[in-house]
Amino acid sequence: MSINFSPEQFESVRAHGARDYPNECCGILLGRADGEIKEVSEVVPLRNLRHDPGRAQELLPLEDPGRESEKNRFLIDPEDQLRVEKDSRQRGLDVLGYYHSHPDHPARPSNYDREHAWPWYSYVILSVERGEPREATSWVLSKDRLSFEHEELKLL
Amino acid sequence: MAVKVVIPTPLRQFAGKKDSVDIDAKTVGEALAGLTSQFGDLRKHLFNEEGKLRSFVNVYVNDEDIRFLQKDQTPVNDSDVISIVPSIAGGSLIRCICS
Repeated sequence: MSINFSPEQFESVRAHGARDYPNECCGILLGRADGEIKEVSEVVPLRNLRHDPGRAQELLPLEDPGRESEKNRFLIDPEDQLRVEKDSRQRGLDVLGYYHSHPDHPARPSNYDREHAWPWYSYVILSVERGEPREATSWVLSKDRLSFEHEELKLL
Repeated sequence: MAVKVVIPTPLRQFAGKKDSVDIDAKTVGEALAGLTSQFGDLRKHLFNEEGKLRSFVNVYVNDEDIRFLQKDQTPVNDSDVISIVPSIAGGSLIRCICS
């Protein structure tokens, strides 16, 4: 299992993480999948809808809005998602997965990440420490939804 | 009356590798019940333990979110297309659950 980026695509993920620090950034990874290997061909940066707490809360309520915000939560607008999916399908590309940043936290999935994931997709997490992009990892949800499995992230 | 349900890429492995399934249904609720009785492995990815649609799973009839229509009672006709779209959400580490 691996997800492959070109250095330029990977740099755009890192730059997005640095730009949106101290908030979480998010985006969609498009490309083609062949068996266990995913080749990223486009990185689509999107707005973190938690920046608009009213609308985000209407779509996917947070349990504790006092402690959860765009600094430690992200949400992709399902309308952006639908639009990018339709557009990519027309161009023969698939949504391979998503990326988001963990400001001042390690690049490890949280329980919240797992509860909101589907299998097959790659979930790339970038740690951003004090504004500097650091480690990036990729994860795939197990079919029983109980854990994330580590996926190799390669720069080609 | 058959409505078309589009299966998103990650869930096709649980739906006989199909990208869409035609289901006889009069409402969205009936369509999703029909889909998950035909493909039982899909159920846990769409519904929680209480049998309710997971909070991050959005269902659209054509381009309308059923949350703003009549939810699972939203009527469907045979030319309608039902899309299942996850709200992609996440956040920082509270407890590592990696394997």
